[in-house]
Amino acid sequence: MADEAVAAQGSADTLKHPVGEPQAPRGRGGASPDDAASVHAWAGFAPGRWQTTVDVRDFIQRNVTPYDGNETFLSGPSERTKAVWAKLQPYFQEEIRKGVIDVDAKTPSSMTAHAPGYIDRDNEVVVGLQTDAPFKRAIMPYGGLRMVEAGLKAAGFEPDPIVHETFTKYRKTHNDGVFDAYTPEIMACRRSHIITGLPDAYGRGRIIGDYRRVALYGTDKLLAAKRGERALLDAKWPTDDVIRDREELAEQMRALADLAAMAKGYGCDVTRPAADAREAVQWTYFGYLGAIKEANGAAMSIGRISSFLDIYIERDLKSGALDEAGAQELIDQLVQKLRIVRFLRTPDYDALFSGDPYWATECVGGMDLNGRPLVTRTSFRMLHTLTNLGPAPEPNMTVLWSKQLPDGFKRYCIKVSAETSSIQYENDDLMRPYWGDDYGIACCVSAMRIGNQMQFFGARVNLAKCLLYAINGGRDEVSGEQIGPASTPVTGDVLDYDDVMAKFDGMMEWLARTYVHAMNCIHYMHDKYYYERLEMALHDQQILRTMAFGIAGLSVVADSLSAIKHAEVRPVRREDGLIVDYEITGAYPQYGNNDDRVDAIAADLVSAFMKKIRKHPTYRNAVHTQSVLTITSNVVYGRHTGNTPDGRKAGEPFAPGANPMHGRDSHGWLASCLSVAKLPYADAQDGISYTVSITPSLNRLDQGEKIKQAVKVLDTYCGQGGFHMNLNVLNRDTLLDAMEHPDKYPQLTIRVSGYAVNFVRLTREQQMDVISRTFHGE
Amino acid sequence: MADEPWAHSRYDLQQARSPDAPETEGFNDPRGDFGWIHSYETGSTLDGPGIRVVVFMSGCLLRCLYCHNPDTWHLKDGTQVSFERARTALQAYAAPLRAMDGGLTISGGEPLVQLHFTQRLFAAAKGMGLHTALDTSGFLGARADDAYLRQVDLVLLDIKSWDPQTYRRAVGQDVRPTLQFAERLAALGKPVWVRFVLVPGLTDDPANVGGIARFVAPMKNVEWVEVLPFHQMGAFKWKAMGLTYELSDTPSPSPALVERVLGQFRDAGCRAR
Repeated sequence: MADEAVAAQGSADTLKHPVGEPQAPRGRGGASPDDAASVHAWAGFAPGRWQTTVDVRDFIQRNVTPYDGNETFLSGPSERTKAVWAKLQPYFQEEIRKGVIDVDAKTPSSMTAHAPGYIDRDNEVVVGLQTDAPFKRAIMPYGGLRMVEAGLKAAGFEPDPIVHETFTKYRKTHNDGVFDAYTPEIMACRRSHIITGLPDAYGRGRIIGDYRRVALYGTDKLLAAKRGERALLDAKWPTDDVIRDREELAEQMRALADLAAMAKGYGCDVTRPAADAREAVQWTYFGYLGAIKEANGAAMSIGRISSFLDIYIERDLKSGALDEAGAQELIDQLVQKLRIVRFLRTPDYDALFSGDPYWATECVGGMDLNGRPLVTRTSFRMLHTLTNLGPAPEPNMTVLWSKQLPDGFKRYCIKVSAETSSIQYENDDLMRPYWGDDYGIACCVSAMRIGNQMQFFGARVNLAKCLLYAINGGRDEVSGEQIGPASTPVTGDVLDYDDVMAKFDGMMEWLARTYVHAMNCIHYMHDKYYYERLEMALHDQQILRTMAFGIAGLSVVADSLSAIKHAEVRPVRREDGLIVDYEITGAYPQYGNNDDRVDAIAADLVSAFMKKIRKHPTYRNAVHTQSVLTITSNVVYGRHTGNTPDGRKAGEPFAPGANPMHGRDSHGWLASCLSVAKLPYADAQDGISYTVSITPSLNRLDQGEKIKQAVKVLDTYCGQGGFHMNLNVLNRDTLLDAMEHPDKYPQLTIRVSGYAVNFVRLTREQQMDVISRTFHGE
Repeated sequence: MADEPWAHSRYDLQQARSPDAPETEGFNDPRGDFGWIHSYETGSTLDGPGIRVVVFMSGCLLRCLYCHNPDTWHLKDGTQVSFERARTALQAYAAPLRAMDGGLTISGGEPLVQLHFTQRLFAAAKGMGLHTALDTSGFLGARADDAYLRQVDLVLLDIKSWDPQTYRRAVGQDVRPTLQFAERLAALGKPVWVRFVLVPGLTDDPANVGGIARFVAPMKNVEWVEVLPFHQMGAFKWKAMGLTYELSDTPSPSPALVERVLGQFRDAGCRAR
């Protein structure tokens, strides 16, 4: 699988197209590296392949200045930054009280649909809003009209009759298309919550446009490169695939033109490359802004921009055009914009993914393939926004952790974590061999090479329910309805491990097939009706596609199977024979205690389901991947799942992601971490999410010593094969107080399975779930 | 787990899990093939240097008024575990513990009640390249011969009081064996962290604190004096076990009191925290 991915990547790389095609330069600006605009914009940069080919990685490799010092150079927020931030505060407060503040219900969003908007024009050094005013949400009916109208109604706004007519009478949506292709079996799986959260009614997201390309090249050069790609496609025989590629490419080129028009509205000329640090930040943000005006994907990551922007900032610092305060101001103001992205969602969606997340994930840190750290001063500046602006869930700050990272940076990360609980850590040493040194994280834990890889997002299946179906011959344990294939239910008074495993294997086989089937339908239609034309314009034409499947309830299933194997589990049958409860006699090894007898079951489950998924061909030959991630949906999955053989009661939440069940990891965090670290990344290349909450005790160690220990812990966890750590440093009492007095904690941020949320914006049920989770002493 | 209920949390109440176990008083197993273990905890940062695995043994001869694990007093409260099983369980943590400059701490209960089992477990840990720490009251210090102490890199020595009357009131035994053990460790040059549980109204008398401070200050082997503020987290166990808990109304020491006591140790020349 890894080899497949890398091989596919290699071939995509060789097909990269030159920026300057002979037939290319038609518009202004030209496309060769020696035109006036790029001579000026690129002055002082080390030359290379990046000048003649769209290749941001090459630019970074040749120009980046790694920084191995500490955080003492950092600046506080500028007056302008504070002024803009002050203007935004009333919106944040109103949002906590009211939810959605405003929506433009009449205007389907596009890059050019809304007039330019500002927060505080005199003080904004980075400009651009999704609509013409902050916190005014846009509608995006191409994904599905029902979702838009449900969102409007829930927020107290009237759907617009003309929009309604347009998207029912004249224009089909992605949502309509998917349901034309679904089978009754898939519909039943959705209804019974064994397959859930599928992006069949909303934007799939998880695509990272290489927004840096807008800054480095400007849209004229990018268009020239696209024209070159088109020439190659024109030479190919028009199979279905080639025709689709041509149409998509045409859409991409229109998108680049629209992006330039959007920027022009703000008085910026992005047809040419960015000429200084402010423009580099602004142009990059425009790329992202264009994407979030057109796509309401579940996760809209910004990628890995800090160290790229650092190259521009370094150049301006050297020339004296910028000072440290100015550099920090650029990053602070960019982050302000990333904190106010808003999409119109529905209550159902919020129940799955709570707190209005959009995963504007930014990756900092990591090493390059030559063993050089990609940590720059701007990596520090990015994390420092959490101090300058206070903690926040967005952008989803992701540190790519390597044992080799400079110590000063490691210590700074831990310090910011302890103060803000707003950082997640992912194992760069584990990912780099798969994805190189210029990958970003889409959403929470999904790595992809920026600009030449995308994924077809697929939410997850409920593996615990699948086990119950196996026990009940395919009948749903809640409704009694026959959902899975009819098979012999478990007979007898005690569950037999081999019998249950054989039945479970068959049921997983069915679930995997149905799941891939549904995903193929979804992404066929998404490409057709809701193509992310700008995000894909900021990719190469030849890319690696992955199809990202997922599982929920891993720890419930592992513990259930362990109970069946090591204790005595007696099924309790209803009158009609449906097994609805379990009586457990004796104790059994539980996942989360570094005990191989059950940890091996969990690891085998991951590999077994992945193997079954891989059996079924995917749309566009995407490479199958899998995640063990729930975000906050573990609560909803639990609500719809009956009693399980591990002793979990019907309706109780699952553990999030790959976490052990609440309170069962009873031997401290080290044992818990080591269990999770055993899950095989090779069979879960879309990521394995693990959240740890540590209580800050007033203990005897001094701050420096604690930070040193925490660094060692992360090094060791990653060294043992751990993939991800969402680190919270908080008191249970603080959370309880925040539930009662939300006004006191407007910025209280906690990490939840792959992202961070504003605690006070979670539903009460989710707040309770967070509080009930295992807290470990420091 | 059916075969290993000792794999519970240290916070779980354990009672009479091994009803056939011998009495703690006078227990002496010359081989240490089996031990009675209450529970174990991983990831401690407070029980020795680095990150630790802490094994809580059953069996103790003291009856401290503030004991937060009264369910470790009797061997029968623990689970009988073979030495091999304990060694294997520890092995699963050896590599990460080494990477985090940590090791094994044996606590309890009183580890020296099960002298040979704990000696073998320490030796096994040393064989894995781990740092070892013995968390003891010192009351049974005379039992640990020099061969035993060679397997121990650090002793966490709980000196619960200086004043003999206070000591007897707090723990029900004589203070002398502990002080003699401390002197022996000093003579051997064995690294020691002295621990002192600060209980308002019981151990906080300035003369009581000062006595320990003057006793410990000249000892070059004492790396730290750690002041552990009393807390109520063990109270529920007393209640659940139907025992009379005399300290149910005792508060945790105020920060000012903690500072005063730390100050007394520091003034005497101790490195205290």
